[in-house]
Amino acid sequence: DSFSNTKHKTSDKIIIKGGKIVNDDQSFYLFFLTIFLTSSNVYWLSRLSSTFRQIGENLIVPSGVKTMDAYGHIVIPGGIDVNTCLHAPHLGMNPADDFYHGTRAALAGGTTMIIDHVVPEPGVSLLTAYDQWRDVADKRSCCDYSLHMDITRWHEGMFEELETLIKDKGVNSFLTFMAYKDKYQSSDAQMYEIFGMLRDLGAIAQVHAENGDIIEEEQKRLLDLGITGPEGHVLSHSEEVETEAVYRAITIAKQANCPLYITKVMSKSAADVIAKARKKGLVVYGEPIAASLGTDGSHYWSQNWAEAAAFVMCPPLSPDPATPDYLNSMLSCGDLQVTASAHCTFSTAQKAVGKDNFTLIPEGTNGIEERMSIVWDKAVATGKMDENEFVAVTSTNAAKIFNLYPRKGRIAVGSDADLVIWSTKETKTFSSKTHTMTVEINIFEGMECRGFPVGVISQGRMVLEGGTLDVVEGLGRFVPRKAFPDYVYKRIKARSRMAEARGVPRGNYDGPVHDVISMTKSVPPTPTTRGPSCSGKTATGPARNLHQSGFTLSGTQMDDHIPRRTAQKIVAPPGGRSNITSLS
Amino acid sequence: MTDCRRQWNREDELPIYLAKSISAGSNKRQKSHGMFSSVEGAYDTKTIDFDSYALGRKGNRAPRRCSTERMLDMEYFSEPAREPHKKRSDSVVTSPSGRPSVDVSYQSQREHSHCENNGKSERLLIKGGKVINDDHSFYADVYVEDGLIKQVGENLIVPGGVKVVDADGRMVIPGGIDVNTCLNKAYLGSPPVDDFYQGTKAALAGGTTMIIDHVTPQPGDSLLQAFELWQEAADRKCCCDYSLHMDVPQWHEGVRDEVEVLVQEKGINSFQVYMAYKDVYQMTDSQLYEVFVCLKALGAVVLVHAENGDLIAQEQKRILGLGITGPEGHPLSRPEELEAEAVFRAITIGNRANSPIYISRVMSKSAADTVSRARRKGSVIFGEPITASIATDGSHYWNKNWAKAAAYVTAPPLSPDPTTPEHLHSLLACGDLQVVGSGHCAYSTAQKAMGKDDFTLIPHGTNGVEERMAFVWDKTVATGKMDENKFVAVTSTNAAKIFNLYPRKGRIAVGSDADIVIWDPDKAKTITAKLQQSALEYNIFEGLECRGGPVLVVSQGRIVYEDGNLNVQQGTGRFIPRQPFPDVAYQRISIRNKMTCRQGVSRGVYDGPVYDVPATPKYITPAPSAKTSPTSHQPPPIRNLHQSNFSLSGAQVDDNVPRRSSHRIVAPPGGRSNITSLG
Repeated sequence: DSFSNTKHKTSDKIIIKGGKIVNDDQSFYLFFLTIFLTSSNVYWLSRLSSTFRQIGENLIVPSGVKTMDAYGHIVIPGGIDVNTCLHAPHLGMNPADDFYHGTRAALAGGTTMIIDHVVPEPGVSLLTAYDQWRDVADKRSCCDYSLHMDITRWHEGMFEELETLIKDKGVNSFLTFMAYKDKYQSSDAQMYEIFGMLRDLGAIAQVHAENGDIIEEEQKRLLDLGITGPEGHVLSHSEEVETEAVYRAITIAKQANCPLYITKVMSKSAADVIAKARKKGLVVYGEPIAASLGTDGSHYWSQNWAEAAAFVMCPPLSPDPATPDYLNSMLSCGDLQVTASAHCTFSTAQKAVGKDNFTLIPEGTNGIEERMSIVWDKAVATGKMDENEFVAVTSTNAAKIFNLYPRKGRIAVGSDADLVIWSTKETKTFSSKTHTMTVEINIFEGMECRGFPVGVISQGRMVLEGGTLDVVEGLGRFVPRKAFPDYVYKRIKARSRMAEARGVPRGNYDGPVHDVISMTKSVPPTPTTRGPSCSGKTATGPARNLHQSGFTLSGTQMDDHIPRRTAQKIVAPPGGRSNITSLS
Repeated sequence: MTDCRRQWNREDELPIYLAKSISAGSNKRQKSHGMFSSVEGAYDTKTIDFDSYALGRKGNRAPRRCSTERMLDMEYFSEPAREPHKKRSDSVVTSPSGRPSVDVSYQSQREHSHCENNGKSERLLIKGGKVINDDHSFYADVYVEDGLIKQVGENLIVPGGVKVVDADGRMVIPGGIDVNTCLNKAYLGSPPVDDFYQGTKAALAGGTTMIIDHVTPQPGDSLLQAFELWQEAADRKCCCDYSLHMDVPQWHEGVRDEVEVLVQEKGINSFQVYMAYKDVYQMTDSQLYEVFVCLKALGAVVLVHAENGDLIAQEQKRILGLGITGPEGHPLSRPEELEAEAVFRAITIGNRANSPIYISRVMSKSAADTVSRARRKGSVIFGEPITASIATDGSHYWNKNWAKAAAYVTAPPLSPDPTTPEHLHSLLACGDLQVVGSGHCAYSTAQKAMGKDDFTLIPHGTNGVEERMAFVWDKTVATGKMDENKFVAVTSTNAAKIFNLYPRKGRIAVGSDADIVIWDPDKAKTITAKLQQSALEYNIFEGLECRGGPVLVVSQGRIVYEDGNLNVQQGTGRFIPRQPFPDVAYQRISIRNKMTCRQGVSRGVYDGPVYDVPATPKYITPAPSAKTSPTSHQPPPIRNLHQSNFSLSGAQVDDNVPRRSSHRIVAPPGGRSNITSLG
């Protein structure tokens, strides 16, 4: 068995009765008997039993099988949260919700799989960081997980590391940073190189899109103005700065012909840029998060420092109160595809590290538990999208983009038994007093949401039933993902074939060629004799002073202080102009 | 004023709308305090006086005088920085005794105008033309003396012995201003074939009477020295008035001081920065931000060469790797997206720094659209398409003839999309783009051939200084996209306003410089290198026909071009210094500056628990234009640099000690007492 992390676990045989099964393409009712799940063997039997080829046919209930009533509810594929940071430390502080608490909260909210970001410290090898994350997550995670790799520093030999991760380690998505200057930020040239590698290896490029250069300048300016509170965070990370970086990332990805996934779409204009790029046919995906769909950035001006600081994340929530509504609409029409949580929580004491300087406040908000309910409440309950689209944006699209489909993201025979029984009518109020997470402040405090999970089945195990959470630490499996997801790469491959630029076949130019003489100090021009000018060496002589070319050969030269000579000579070939390529 | 009243009384008998809005200018206006002050009363006789048209006030002339004074007052208040204005009122000559005194007073004022060139300026009367300014057109005669426009109106009283030009109903427009030329920009040590003499000759032949040339120092050169070099070359050779933009090849403290001197003492108010030319001129976003903030404080306009140099360098490598070495590699390695991206980024940085941005060379539809979208959102941004981008397209890069293909090489490149010129015309016509430059930078075929085996070495630049006006007319006015007033605006007036030359240049008005073109809208011409003034052997517009062209060009009050004959003299061009803080760009900026006093939130001091954090060393992000390519060696990894972009220090004494993973929570002794902590 290639999956060495398989562990023995207790399993249930569950029959779900009634309920409407909702996939991203269709919904259907089943009579009397709905789904029969077994999971005695973690890898094979946790899938929908293949004994029953057709879901929906009558079936004699074997004895000893647990039944679950789903009448009046819908049964949906478990949510997939593709953006969490449950282990990435900030200034040496570990997030308040680690893999155990985080995945527990995820399950409580109807999310049965997470994809966490591996954030290697710059300079640490990607493989080392990967092993570290695997180690922790295998021990602590309560639900299935997979990993994104963040590229925090360009270095030699990266291609080999990427290749190993993609081919042997089951990681097919990599995040680069356009922000965090002097720490994680990549230059445009580095991003182009990375994107080129990822395309060749069949992975997806993710970007954290904000212009780190401008942010740093603005931070300096605001601190100079004496603004040190959390409002400085949003003032220095303006919406434009996010939009600009999204635009640039898309341009680079277009040039490199690499699929691009924008994590954390927080503002209207950034979403618009993505939508426009998609209209032009680019392979780009956008991910709004629970916070940007559920609340706005007005809280940064809260009088309570602790509350204001709880909202600090990057890119920040937009102070424009119309943003959540707008992003929900974009999500509904398909211009944005995936919802995530970007769950990365720090306790108030941890946030308080930046009490005198907003740039030191650890960034991150909660959302892993609330995500599904927020999308339902803001988009489905308001009539912006239907239940099938709800399944698509919370689960199926993510599974397709990150190559988990149809194992995850679909209720079908043979898929993993990650199911949620979703109540569409009842409401629930978010509060830090009742939530499953450990963090003291919930940014959605007091929000009333329609739609929440009444039953959650993860790996064929009942983990939430009747309001009781029953999770087992370490039960989560690492789910490896293969390269070249079809959903993303079919188009990329076809374009790679089409994108061969072709030169123009011409005769050799044999007209006069300006002779560039290496510069010497105000010596009268010495005539140089040259052979036929088609020697091809004309322009390679002086490497210096190559203005007009973005392709320079060298830096400063030892004779830079000597003024340039302006005399030149035109060399004509002995036979005169004979070729059609010169001007007559 | 008795004279005026008499005249107006006569007009009162006419219907109001037939009454001449332009009186003969019986109050003479004199530009008396230096050539750089704006012109006294330049608005008077050609600005429609709505008060005098008010129906209820017919016959009551007092409002008109008031309005005139008000206008002058406003001028004073809006330009408090200009010292000469305060004294100027002394020299305003009113004509107490009516029109006959005009002649005499001009003679007596002659010593005030020191812009004559060797006494060569003529007295000139342009009769029977239709004067076109950017705001309206009217039939009037124009009298020119001492290189200035002295009178505009009908039935002018002029001294005897004046040279009279009969415009015969043709258009009389302000001379064109070409704000983007490179007539002294050497490539690998070889200067362009059109130097200041050849280039300005060509400009005059095309109806352009002023150029603004780019000073292009190399990285490391002193800007001031470069400025003097350029000024010296131009003073020796220029045939028409000129001014200079300064290109800033790199940014550091020394440059900042030089820039300050240039703005405050040398009369330069526009600086170009580059987002392309990696490892040579390219600046990082941080540097751009600093430059923008610095130039904003000085009141200068930022010109941006907008292309993403990082990606261009990468693409050039790739294209050369594919074995493509010809000129088609140039547009392939600089696709339109890279231009649009850089424009977008420049605008973003400009908005954050609250600085006016001028995109020099808008070459593609998407870049133009980006500019127009930003304008719709209220950014102070200007866009300049060039002759080449409005008249031809980039399909020529695939020409079988290497020399022809190479002639089109310029950066950003011409867009291969053949619908680009039309799109740019439309945006010009609706005002989303404001100025047409030429980007004239002429290298001979032999010079271009330096890159015959490697397209990245082909010097960039196309011709266009001579053809600019004619193509704008042909493509936009002759096709009905814009009217003649808008034509004047995009070829001359807007440029004069943005670069603070207005109303000295860019307008036909009393007191303005006598840079006048008589334009014939029906003159048809086929562009060919054989008949051009430029020294280039190939014209990229070769064979294109265009309607419209100058029949007579007056520069500094002298007829320099008449019926195809040029009569120019090297070195007659004057350097025109420009003041900082042009109104059209800076009025909005200065108000926004005041508005952006952001307020922090006043809170109680947070006194809850605080985590104890160890300090971390710092790492420097490689600049986009770092001299090394990303594949080359990176700095050795620094340990444990996670999560803060605000690091406190370098290496620490305890760097060799493994990091603690446990933390201490510091709680105040009195417990949580303040409202700012959690209850």
